[in-house]
Amino acid sequence: MTIRGITKRIGSIKFSCVSPEEIRKMSATKIITADTYDDEGYPIDMGLMDPHMGVIEPGLRCKTCGCKVDECPGHFGHIDLAMPVIHVGFIKDIKMLLESTCCQCGRLMLSEDQIQARRESMDKMEELGGGTIEVKNFSKETAKDASGKGICPYCGCEQIKIKLDKPTTFREVEDNHKLTPKEVRERLERIPDDDLVTLGIDPSTCRPEWMVLTALAVPPVTVRPSITLDSGDRSEDDLTHKLVDVLRINQRLRENRDAGAPQLIVEDLWELLQYHVTTYFDNQTSGIPPARHRSGRPLKTLTQRLKGKEGRFRSNLSGKRVNFSARTVISPDPLLSINEVGVPIFAARELTVPVHVNEHNIAKIREMVARGPAPPNDNPYLPGVNYVIRSDGRRIRVTERNCADVSEGIDIDYTVERQLVDGDVVLFNRQPSLHRMSMMAHRVRIMPGRTFRFNLCVCPPYNADFDGDEMNLHVLQSDEARAEARILMQVQENILSPRYGGPIIGAIHDHITGAYFLTHNNPRFDRFEAANVMFKLSDIEMPAPFIDEATGEPYWTGKQLFSTVLPADFRTTFKSNICQNCSVCRKEECEYDAYVKIRDGQLLCGTIDVKGIGNSKGKILDRIARDYGSDRAAQFINQVTRIALGALMNHGFSTGIGDEDIPAEAALQISNHSQECIDKVTDLVQSYQDGTLAQMPGRSLRETLEVEVMQVLGKARDEAGRIAGKHLGMTNPAVIMAKAGARGSMLNLSQMAGCVGQQAVRGERLSRGYWDRTLPHFEKGDLGAYARGFCSNSYKSGLSPTEFFFHAMGGREGLVDTAVRTSRSGYMQRRLVSALEDLKLTSDGTVRNTIGTVVQFRYGEDGVDPARTVRGKAIDLDDLFAEVLGDRADELLHIDTKDIGGDYGSLEKDEMEYIEEDESEDYDDLDMDYDGGGE
Amino acid sequence: MAADNISFNVLKHRLVPEHHLLSEEEADEVLARKGMTRDQLPKVRKSDPGIKILESIHGPIDEGRVIKVVRKSETAQEFVGYRLVTRG
Repeated sequence: MTIRGITKRIGSIKFSCVSPEEIRKMSATKIITADTYDDEGYPIDMGLMDPHMGVIEPGLRCKTCGCKVDECPGHFGHIDLAMPVIHVGFIKDIKMLLESTCCQCGRLMLSEDQIQARRESMDKMEELGGGTIEVKNFSKETAKDASGKGICPYCGCEQIKIKLDKPTTFREVEDNHKLTPKEVRERLERIPDDDLVTLGIDPSTCRPEWMVLTALAVPPVTVRPSITLDSGDRSEDDLTHKLVDVLRINQRLRENRDAGAPQLIVEDLWELLQYHVTTYFDNQTSGIPPARHRSGRPLKTLTQRLKGKEGRFRSNLSGKRVNFSARTVISPDPLLSINEVGVPIFAARELTVPVHVNEHNIAKIREMVARGPAPPNDNPYLPGVNYVIRSDGRRIRVTERNCADVSEGIDIDYTVERQLVDGDVVLFNRQPSLHRMSMMAHRVRIMPGRTFRFNLCVCPPYNADFDGDEMNLHVLQSDEARAEARILMQVQENILSPRYGGPIIGAIHDHITGAYFLTHNNPRFDRFEAANVMFKLSDIEMPAPFIDEATGEPYWTGKQLFSTVLPADFRTTFKSNICQNCSVCRKEECEYDAYVKIRDGQLLCGTIDVKGIGNSKGKILDRIARDYGSDRAAQFINQVTRIALGALMNHGFSTGIGDEDIPAEAALQISNHSQECIDKVTDLVQSYQDGTLAQMPGRSLRETLEVEVMQVLGKARDEAGRIAGKHLGMTNPAVIMAKAGARGSMLNLSQMAGCVGQQAVRGERLSRGYWDRTLPHFEKGDLGAYARGFCSNSYKSGLSPTEFFFHAMGGREGLVDTAVRTSRSGYMQRRLVSALEDLKLTSDGTVRNTIGTVVQFRYGEDGVDPARTVRGKAIDLDDLFAEVLGDRADELLHIDTKDIGGDYGSLEKDEMEYIEEDESEDYDDLDMDYDGGGE
Repeated sequence: MAADNISFNVLKHRLVPEHHLLSEEEADEVLARKGMTRDQLPKVRKSDPGIKILESIHGPIDEGRVIKVVRKSETAQEFVGYRLVTRG
């Protein structure tokens, strides 16, 4: 395949050392003076800014290639070092080489046979597909075997042990003689080529003595451009600063050496030169102080430019800034399809799609260009054109003034950059992009306003809320990209999550409450109400109404209305979230209307709640997405959420703290029971102090007490919750939300209405603070309920000051945990991704890496896409039975066994909740977004 | 022999999958069927305890031999994989 404009293709890249000769050969100029510019501001010849090394000022020409800025790639220069200097980057290799070879003859200190065997092993390794890392480890082993020998097997010379004084000095251990870089270089020169191969070095491209520098390559000025400040002063790049230091010391060293200065002075200067060259390569070398700028800021030298998050690799090569993108605050719009995204007109006028002009569209495009880049009237929105690209590649910016002329000049084979219109495919993304659903393709809907808008069902995959979250949008530029995005990335293709083989997109919050009101106990809707519920559904035909026998008025039932959005042949049976788990299920006769049965697309009985249409749990949703395809699933979600919201708005729904009101006698009952429990705790403490407490096996007496106290107080909260719950019936909005699975839990409610319960840190009662007590309000050594963090009040009745403090202690733990968890899991994710990022599923079903080595002989061992599984299982047998046997299958299947009711998707979440319940008493189960808004 | 100083047969442990040494012909047949070359197979070191046990049964195993590994799999009940013996 050839791509236009590509004339050369890179076959392979080889990294290697560069020889001093090569450095001098590729050098455009030798650098000798440390000065950069002369008094007139012109660069000095043979200085660090020599114009032979490229140009940075517009208008000037490079003296080497004659090109202007941006055309000239820059040319290297070089510095001839007065004395050789060790390259820090190779210090480990140099050490390895010095230790494994003879100091006299330079031979690898292994016998001929050993060398032969090693070479053969290496060849074999390569043949069997050993990676470079393996070969490297093997040669390391070779070096280790060869080092530590007392006597060279070839010349019989006695070896003196060498120690490395970090970072760059070698020392002979016995007489403490320092090896100068010159001596090191001489030793390396003596190593024969054949022995290098055994050590894993290719002598044709890298001789070890090149690791000791005699010439230093000076990067082109384009790599280290100087900046002219507003004041007219020049500010040099850090690299230039460092090179100035190198040049200065190099100069002094040469002068002193040539003048025959005392050895001591020469050595000092030599060491200084070594320091400067070392910090030029890496200014964070351990063992030496980093070179600093005059202001005290450490210099950013070569290694610092490449390394880390802000380094060249992670921030410029792996990640790039892009055009055709937008970012703004998000807000909800329940009337958009899940596949759509609302784009503000402001953004749409900046974002463009290239359109190729041909004879069929030329008239339309002329009209569009004539409109200019900013048509005055946005109602209706009509796309303009920002740029026209002529067939010769010239870009013309379309402006208000030239649009008429440009429009005339449009010809076949031009390309115009058209502004966004409804239906364009764009990518929509929210950070952190932790899974593939964090970036999905949407269809554009141009809207007034300044925010991006999308359907609420799409919140869970992005993990978005609307407390100030911002999201990014990218406009696709080619037909291939658009097709790929539409087929693989569109929201409706991602309804089923590969994480657990269930829907991740589905009804949330109010949708579920709405569906509950629509279907629970099958309410009746008269003509007016039914229209209220249904009017947002454009393409639904109303079913035939029932006729009220008393009044003769027509009416529709909620279940009937709900059935209109189901596929005509839909069938399923399951239990809804409000199911009370009675010991004997009465099925169709369920007194709570919790047994959902759908036959031929008609909801016969049961309440639709989170288990029916909710995200991750929704059984109907799951089934439709799997059996009817993504188009139907998207349609279902769009319709079911609208009908649910219609029902909710028809009914009216609101909650407040008043909903947690309980009758005075219930409050009394709760406080009596709490008091009883507290007394029980006092008794337990008493018996602990008397020594009459029966010790539990495997626990100390103290632990026994703690366990029993926790048990008693746990019961106190549960009982308070139970009493409160009894008085908050199914007519209570908060209870409806909790039971239907829309928001909140019964535990949240019992904490609000009944009793907050025991506060805990690390799963234990509070104990830290002062000597033998948590707060000065209590006596030392008090182990009673109140003194150790029990809150007998409810959120509604209000916490006492000490309770409030304890609650804050427990709550802080939750916050700290979340903070620690996110940073840790972020790093884990990063490492996992870099390990797995270029594995690929090949057409023969194997998973392989980039060089074709097999990682898995069959993807997932069963070759099944987890997104197509039924909650992790490749085949849903129950489903097959139901299909084949019809209703008889239900009897065979025991619908009440937990396997069918189980919700895989919420497993992790439930487990997390369980832990939190255990440890911090559900403080953050309220799911408050603590860092919301301040992002 | 290596087996002399092996006090415990790891292959008998329930968490260790079955290891089978393939003959050269079997190995070639498997590779041909899978359309793979030896260098593309996952590796197992010669010093691996499992390989040492196999050596005590079959005698020395050279680098480049292929081991068949049959493991219990969560997704596919039983799964057959192959490993290439390498140095180490």
